[in-house]
Amino acid sequence: MKRGFPILAIVTALLLSFGLYEALVAAPTEQTMGDVQRIFYYHVPSAWTAFLLFSINFVASLIYLIWRNMKADILALASAEVGVVFCTVVLVTGPIWARPVWGIWWTWDLRLTLTLLLWLIYVSYLMLRRFSTSGQTPLLAAVLAVFGALDIPLVYFSIWFFRTQHPSPVIGDGGSLDPRMARVLLINWAAFSCLAWLICWTRYRLEVLKREVDEAQALESLHEVSR
Amino acid sequence: MSFFAITRATLAKDVRLEWRSKDAINAMLFFALLVVVIFSFSFDPTAEESRRIAGGLVWVAFLFAAVVALNQTWARELRNQVLDAYRVSPAPANPLFLAKAVGNFIFVCVLEALMTPLFIIFYKLRALGPGWELIPIALLGTWALVVNGTFFAAISIRTRAREIMLPLLLFPLSIPALLGMVNATTAILTGEESARFWIALLVAYDVVFTTACLLMFETVLQAE
Repeated sequence: MKRGFPILAIVTALLLSFGLYEALVAAPTEQTMGDVQRIFYYHVPSAWTAFLLFSINFVASLIYLIWRNMKADILALASAEVGVVFCTVVLVTGPIWARPVWGIWWTWDLRLTLTLLLWLIYVSYLMLRRFSTSGQTPLLAAVLAVFGALDIPLVYFSIWFFRTQHPSPVIGDGGSLDPRMARVLLINWAAFSCLAWLICWTRYRLEVLKREVDEAQALESLHEVSR
Repeated sequence: MSFFAITRATLAKDVRLEWRSKDAINAMLFFALLVVVIFSFSFDPTAEESRRIAGGLVWVAFLFAAVVALNQTWARELRNQVLDAYRVSPAPANPLFLAKAVGNFIFVCVLEALMTPLFIIFYKLRALGPGWELIPIALLGTWALVVNGTFFAAISIRTRAREIMLPLLLFPLSIPALLGMVNATTAILTGEESARFWIALLVAYDVVFTTACLLMFETVLQAE
């Protein structure tokens, strides 16, 4: 496993630089929006990656709730932290694009609101983990993750009731995305997923080491007391 | 003891405690009063404007005020290790949760009943839609706030700075419920559209989260 890490790091670096070149130079300029449209190659892959990470967090939390598996908890922690970072990228790049194209920074549209809410829920998840004093932090955090997941469909329905302004998905049926643009998008998505995987992996190993150190220190102090 | 006997006993104890001390209800009332006065003072709306904004103001005031009652739900049981006694007792956890949630529901409903006339006076409110529908909206909305609030209060007592932690956990999750309450109230006050969709949303929210709380409360209570 450890040998895979540098390979993944190299692949990520190559993909990211190739993606950067493709997005800024190779991809055709959009006819009406111009160069500002290129932020799309960062915005959309970040969003997909963030949603993927939050799904991983939900599954890991469920696994922890059912089997009390410590590895699942560490995975949940790592995916939530990295997910919040990618979600922040989405929330920052979105308004930068929206201002010249829509003329406004922000609107209470379905996708925007959902993303912001996901971000809020996961920030509160990380706050709980940070502020918890009980030895049962993983359990409490997993419960919160499940509640957050239950919340999402309700938010969806409540905002679906309003008209939506966000451009509809350009991938899938009825999509009208230029195939060259789609290729750049997919390369960037692959690059961002690899990057997320890399950071999650690092965070996971860090957390494993941290828990081992904590455990060793606790044992040490026990020995000292008994001596 | 049966499920309902435990619920009734715990609920009666909490209501009696509150009746004698009136800690939570006084703090909530004064807090909500301050919010009403400050908002009214800073906006000074006309009757037409206040129909549009009152729904939001009322529910935000109640939400903030409810946190006062929610925060003391379990904090009260930490004194003299009462919560530990609950844990080791053979009684199931759910009646305890239900009693606490119903207790908070009663306190917040009393608050709303006392504050609503003030809101009407300060904001010159008169509903243009079917006004009686505000009652089911208030009941459903209050339950939506207190059921999750009671649950997350049990989580936030395990954290540092617990009084601050509860709103941080509760508010993001309550946004769909808040959206439902505010939009339903505004729909009725302005009389422009039907509130049916929002009432259905509140019912769905209540059912989903009441079930989730009852399924997971045992786990949270025993986590120590």
